[in-house]
Amino acid sequence: MSTNPQNAYPIPSDHRGVGRAGGLRGKPAASVTVLPLRPEVANVVPKVSLDGISLSYKTNSKGHLVALDNISLQVKPGEFVCVVGPSGCGKSTLLHLIAGLHQQSSGQVFVDGKPVSGPGTDRILIFQELGLFPWLKVGENVEFGMKMKNVSKAEREEKVQYYLRLVHLSKFRDSYTHQLSGGMRQRVALARALATEPDVLLMDEPFAALDAQTRDLLHDELERIWAETGRTIIFVTHNVREAVRLGDRVVLMTFRPGRVKQEFPIALPRPRHIEETDVARTAREILDCLREEINKSLEVEYADEKVK
Amino acid sequence: MKKLSRQILFYSALIGIWALLAKLHIWPPYLFPPPWGVAEALWAGFQDHSFWIGIGVTMKRMLVGYSLSVVLGMILGLAVGSYKFLEDTLGGLLVSLQSLPSICWIPLAVLWFGLTEKAILFVVLMGSLLSVTIAMEDGRKQMPKIYGMAGRNLGAKGFRLFWSVLLPASLPFIVSGLKQGFAFGWRSLIQAEMIFLSLGLGQLLMMGRDLNDMNQVIAVMILIIILGFIIDGLVFRTMERKLQERWGLVPA
Repeated sequence: MSTNPQNAYPIPSDHRGVGRAGGLRGKPAASVTVLPLRPEVANVVPKVSLDGISLSYKTNSKGHLVALDNISLQVKPGEFVCVVGPSGCGKSTLLHLIAGLHQQSSGQVFVDGKPVSGPGTDRILIFQELGLFPWLKVGENVEFGMKMKNVSKAEREEKVQYYLRLVHLSKFRDSYTHQLSGGMRQRVALARALATEPDVLLMDEPFAALDAQTRDLLHDELERIWAETGRTIIFVTHNVREAVRLGDRVVLMTFRPGRVKQEFPIALPRPRHIEETDVARTAREILDCLREEINKSLEVEYADEKVK
Repeated sequence: MKKLSRQILFYSALIGIWALLAKLHIWPPYLFPPPWGVAEALWAGFQDHSFWIGIGVTMKRMLVGYSLSVVLGMILGLAVGSYKFLEDTLGGLLVSLQSLPSICWIPLAVLWFGLTEKAILFVVLMGSLLSVTIAMEDGRKQMPKIYGMAGRNLGAKGFRLFWSVLLPASLPFIVSGLKQGFAFGWRSLIQAEMIFLSLGLGQLLMMGRDLNDMNQVIAVMILIIILGFIIDGLVFRTMERKLQERWGLVPA
């Protein structure tokens, strides 16, 4: 299993032992050197809990479109969960529901056991389009959430510096976002989300538009930041390898209506790389399952074409 | 540089032709005043402070009336742009009201407020309010939804969401409307001043007419043009340029 045992994270003070083989999350009590392969977080209140979530839209004429159907999912504190599925399966919508930006038709989202009733800074969503504010400088973007939380000026200043350093953008504090490259903007969005210090980070295909090299780099950085900050991450992607590269667990969704088809615990040692054989092999298994759903989605698309 | 020299050449030629026509005495000077007469009137007007006072009074009215219409227009436009019910009802009314020259409000304004400052401000308000409102409504709709969502996601709500997110996000889409609102308001103000005869540039212009002093009439006309031009160039062009720089938009 452990292909390179001494290749731990370059973080000296990682008291939780995150990043070693198995990626123990949350419980500092366990031994750091010999670790079980699965997170050992039993009997803990789930950080995020989806309880029978359904969502249906009214369509123009045909009645209702069921986007999400009875989704139940538990995410443990500090867990990195990746959600994959064909486009149109409602995985982005699911994140919006957890973020409290939309309202589900039925079911309930719980965070720390409390029902979600709207947006809250304990859950920050990084949008696929990022939604950085072009009228603000990089530093001001990072500061924004803290300002809304009425964090004091001195503390804001300190945290902007800290989080910009964390994503290696200290030099670009006074730039406007359009002056940055795609990968840099991505990191600004990450810093902006982290700076509000949410317990849960929701990421909606954040790396989809990037070239492979930049994406690989950001995978490493995200994994490092996750280890360093101990956030719970729910990461949506259509890229199965990316999901296996990053996640403690991969949740596969079906196409329309979106349901949880299967969950795959990923027990590969960290840090991983997207080109590793183990990653590829695991991804392959999931992909076989996913292919069925992709075919379904394509059929629907072609059918739509014919109607037109 | 080429542009500037062309402009200098053009305006010198224009004034030259004007001087020539005046020299030929085709029309009497009280109908067709010579450029030196207008220049003299300008000089005299600034000397006896009447032009300074006129400019001051007019600019103050413009500032107050326009600020009022920007604040109201933004609130109104945001409301109309946000709620389908208001868009279907009030939205249509606003568009149709825009075809009404704001000077038509004068009889009502006088009736409601008397021959007062308020009546003039009301006319300015009616002149620019609709442009600002419609621009804001448009801006609200054109503005990418992602900014509002990102703002709410980061904990902004209510007034702060409007002030820190929705307003700046819609600025590039409303700046031309703000500019148009200013131009309409400016015209309405001068018209109202010409009728109300209570200080201001409009009154100075009418005074020239009453005294049969065409030098003054044209001098004031030139002042009105220059002021409008300066504000457009200084305030709105700068704003547009700043926005383009910040957002990284290519100048249209």
